[in-house]
Amino acid sequence: MTVETRSASHPVRGIGPRIARRPRRARSRSIDRIGDGVLYGLCALASLLGVGTIAAISYQLIDGAGLAISRFGLGFLLHSTWTPNFNIFGAASLLYGTAVTSTGALVLAVPIGISIGLYLSTVAPRRVSGVIGPLVEMLAAIPSVILGFWGIIVLAPFLRTHLEPFLHSTFGFLPIFGAPQTTGAGLFNASLILTIMVIPIIASISRDLFLTVPRELRDGATALGATRWEVVRGVMLPSTGSGLVAATFLGLGRALGEAIAVTQVTGAGNAIHASLFRTGDTLASRIADQYQGATTRLQISSLFYLGVLLLAIGLLANLAAQVIVRRFTVRPAHAR
Amino acid sequence: MSDPSDPPPPRANDPFDATGRGNREPIDPDDAFASELPDPARPLTASGNLRRRQLVSRLVEAGHTASALLAVAILAIVVYSVASRGASALNIDFFTEGPPALPDTPGGGIAPEIVGTALLMAIATLIAMPVGVLIALYLTEFAGPRLGRAIRLALDLMNGLPTIVVGLFIFGLLVVGHYQSGFAGALALAIIMLPLIARATQEALLRVPSDLRAAADALGVSHWRTVRGVILPAARGGILTATVLAVARASGETAPLIFTCSIFGNAVSLRIFGQAVPNIPVYIFNASEAADPYGFARAWGAGFVLLLFILTTSLGARMLVAARPAGTRG
Repeated sequence: MTVETRSASHPVRGIGPRIARRPRRARSRSIDRIGDGVLYGLCALASLLGVGTIAAISYQLIDGAGLAISRFGLGFLLHSTWTPNFNIFGAASLLYGTAVTSTGALVLAVPIGISIGLYLSTVAPRRVSGVIGPLVEMLAAIPSVILGFWGIIVLAPFLRTHLEPFLHSTFGFLPIFGAPQTTGAGLFNASLILTIMVIPIIASISRDLFLTVPRELRDGATALGATRWEVVRGVMLPSTGSGLVAATFLGLGRALGEAIAVTQVTGAGNAIHASLFRTGDTLASRIADQYQGATTRLQISSLFYLGVLLLAIGLLANLAAQVIVRRFTVRPAHAR
Repeated sequence: MSDPSDPPPPRANDPFDATGRGNREPIDPDDAFASELPDPARPLTASGNLRRRQLVSRLVEAGHTASALLAVAILAIVVYSVASRGASALNIDFFTEGPPALPDTPGGGIAPEIVGTALLMAIATLIAMPVGVLIALYLTEFAGPRLGRAIRLALDLMNGLPTIVVGLFIFGLLVVGHYQSGFAGALALAIIMLPLIARATQEALLRVPSDLRAAADALGVSHWRTVRGVILPAARGGILTATVLAVARASGETAPLIFTCSIFGNAVSLRIFGQAVPNIPVYIFNASEAADPYGFARAWGAGFVLLLFILTTSLGARMLVAARPAGTRG
């Protein structure tokens, strides 16, 4: 049985009942009319509910942030003081932390993820990729709270004693690799955890994209004498480029919005440091780690303000990805 | 293919230069015409030293393989870390008792958290599944192309929302001025699950063979009876798989719960509107933020239980999908 699209079945459905309904008794006809109406009503209501949820979320967050917005205005974005005792809140260091950790995660995860996608689609034999592929996707199934717990208990000591001293002594001339700190918790750790979360997203999307490259194009390039890598570089990467950009945006959305794991490994710092090894916080993780301490209305409102910023950035990243997918790729349904 | 003695043509450095002119069949250098005439189709491989190109290709492929192995290794390390630390915490008490009332106390278990998570997931599924299936039905049965695109976009955006934002939304909607409650937490989880269920169910509905629908139409069956009696049963497996995958995803979510369902004691109550329900993710989160070695041990155990549940359910659902040939009924 081939996969049928909706349009193929459409005319049949439209005509069928109308012809067949005529000889039936009036009572059953009215039941049918009511049933059809109820079905339509329920479906439409559910869709309205689904679409309305996004609007409701936006409204609720902006409404909750009203107090902080009127108090701090856009200056909220420019200073990094966060002292609940004096009712002063600012998000500059959080924006910085979000940018740094997301960038770090993408710098690592995009090449690794695309490489995995290429491995699964071109290098590995089918049976091997049938095993490796689901395993990579399992990486995305690990709950963030477990990954964060692992990050602070297992990864952080390793970073403190091995990786950070190594990076500092080798690349110490770069300010981002400053002196290691005492705990191993910090933006660097958060970037690595986010990398682990983003890799499976980019890997599975890029594998699907590479599998859509027409066989003839690849075979043609091979027949012309191109090596496998030249086929990838000359045919597969150019023809999937926009989809890969979309995958990157989806990964960015994931990295921006992760709250729990980042809260656990980032050490809750509140200053802007050049070194990745220092502690910091992101928009999402600040919201998460203030959940019990938020007592005053202004503080809660400031958390909502952070939520508004996060929602705006996250929606933008996802919207960019969806627009690219819908506009450029051949079969958008397979890109997710 | 390559001939080192052949002088490199000016434009064939890259076999895939943007113009595509390089993509030409190599010409036999002994060919009389090729050696005498200024040939517009100069050999593409002449500049390339084939051995170097193949070496580059192999090195890059080794890099691809290494990346895949790295990802699998990370999975193995994380799972092993959790399993080796968590397995030692597991015993009968761990599944039958609650956490000790005092900090820095060994023993105890996470029974309330396990029951509470099951309760939350049940409520969230009860909310998200009907709504998700109805949205999917709307998309396949009623919506025109433009409306359908808009709804799908909204669902995809919803799927990409930061989960902490969903938590804040329910916090503002239900918790501020009232109390945290199990219902608030379940509603937040339902919002996470909704787009997953709706999108996957839509795919399942599209896979229902149109012959079935045509047969129902030919018999004069009304639309709603066709949906209830033919389409939904045919897509049942796909809907079930979608729901299981959504449950697997949502059962590990912490961010939607910390604002809505995180301040709990040791008791699971069915008064889901009045008080928070204990749950595993928030328990692990709280334990990881406190400096209590016994709490850590219990958190590893809880993490192990949760991870085992999630990996087996999502792997099982995937295998169910893989075992079924595409395009047949669920």
